[in-house]
Amino acid sequence: MSTPAGVLVVGASAAGLSTAEALRRKGFQGSVTVLGAEPHQPYDRPPLSKQVLSGTWEPDRALLRQPDQLAALDAEFILGDPAVSLDAAARTVHTASGRVLRADAVVLATGLRPRTFTGQDTLAGVHVLRTLDDAQALRAELMTASRVVVVGDGVLGTEIAATARTIGLPVTLAGPQQAPLESQFGPLMARQLAALHTDRGVGLRLGAAVTGLAEHNGHVTGVRLATGEILPADVVVVAFGSAPATDWLAGSGLKIDNGVVCDSTCRAADGIYAVGDVARWHHHGLDTLLRLENRTNATEQAAHVAAAILGDRRPYTPVPYFWTDQFDIKIQAYGMPSADAEVTVVEGDLAQGRFVARYRRNGTTTGVLGWRMPKQTRLRRQEVVDAFQDSLSGGTP
Amino acid sequence: MKVTVDDGKCCAAGTCVMLAPEVFDQREGDGIVILLDAAPSEELHDVVRECVQVCPAGAIQVSEDA
Repeated sequence: MSTPAGVLVVGASAAGLSTAEALRRKGFQGSVTVLGAEPHQPYDRPPLSKQVLSGTWEPDRALLRQPDQLAALDAEFILGDPAVSLDAAARTVHTASGRVLRADAVVLATGLRPRTFTGQDTLAGVHVLRTLDDAQALRAELMTASRVVVVGDGVLGTEIAATARTIGLPVTLAGPQQAPLESQFGPLMARQLAALHTDRGVGLRLGAAVTGLAEHNGHVTGVRLATGEILPADVVVVAFGSAPATDWLAGSGLKIDNGVVCDSTCRAADGIYAVGDVARWHHHGLDTLLRLENRTNATEQAAHVAAAILGDRRPYTPVPYFWTDQFDIKIQAYGMPSADAEVTVVEGDLAQGRFVARYRRNGTTTGVLGWRMPKQTRLRRQEVVDAFQDSLSGGTP
Repeated sequence: MKVTVDDGKCCAAGTCVMLAPEVFDQREGDGIVILLDAAPSEELHDVVRECVQVCPAGAIQVSEDA
């Protein structure tokens, strides 16, 4: 494929911005258009559940770039105008305001949408947290809240619970697992996380499915569990998962299945690529379709796709990286630590609350996870890289 | 080129250290960035610019005219 005259990036968050930046960094001189659904300049999402929600940062501090940096990109930003449809064969995008945008290469970077309870939109006191506006609305309500329930025992739910607790609120965390993040990182880590939250005063009401919300006169009054119990609350945060934002791609001609399905180079169709949370591509080393919802993947995949657009198409085989900050604890992981792995502490000590754990499956290292040991965890990344390389050289080229 | 870091934004991912160990390191305790060289030599300018763009916390800034 020859170098395109113009590139359209649909999505103006980390993955979209990074795609535009990587194109320029690699010398692309054609036109770059970045289309964003939200009215804001590109901002970063990880701080939303932490520094922005706690008020430690003014919202502006979450902006990814300063105005002069954006100007230097020489890209056209069309913000506050969501894409509503794509014709993949014609590489044409229609927007909510009626714009019609066509480009030689189109990059899909529309991210995720939070899952919600049916009807929660009309209920006062119920929140999700995905956007800057969501974070500010939730923060405003937390200021006067008397009892908060966070629904969701994953990363986002535990971060929100930690932040709400840190600002002094009574918080209960509800979810179906026995301990937070258990299905992701296994029982050892999950127990450690449960102990942290309990120590800091978060009430854990886990091991019971949440079936819905209780309300009175249009305001939420609590969260209903499958046990019949109701957890009372005047503010409820719903953080029990999200789905790739692909509804606008119905009828596009692309294969949509838990994300935009791509080949190993992150190409969804001729001249169409996907990056970030929305992209589900074939990871050669792991020999599986993979979709990563983490911040560093947005940037790394964007650089890969920018290269592919410019003619350098290669399989994308990253070693995933994940982090979460909860209270004053930094948790970081490289690779694919999973619940079914054999977990060994290889540095530090669980009891002292500082350690690095190695995850192995079938005798192969699949990941490392650190708890309050960021540098030491990174220094063990190579072991994961080596194991990934071995599986790559054994897999299909 | 003049490099500055915002350790209040740094998320301790170590991305910059992996790319440009001549310019960045991490603190032992909490993994927060340490700037080793605020005025890196010219052959490092490209990789430092890449660090600015790939830092997952947007914690690195450069000014080119310094």
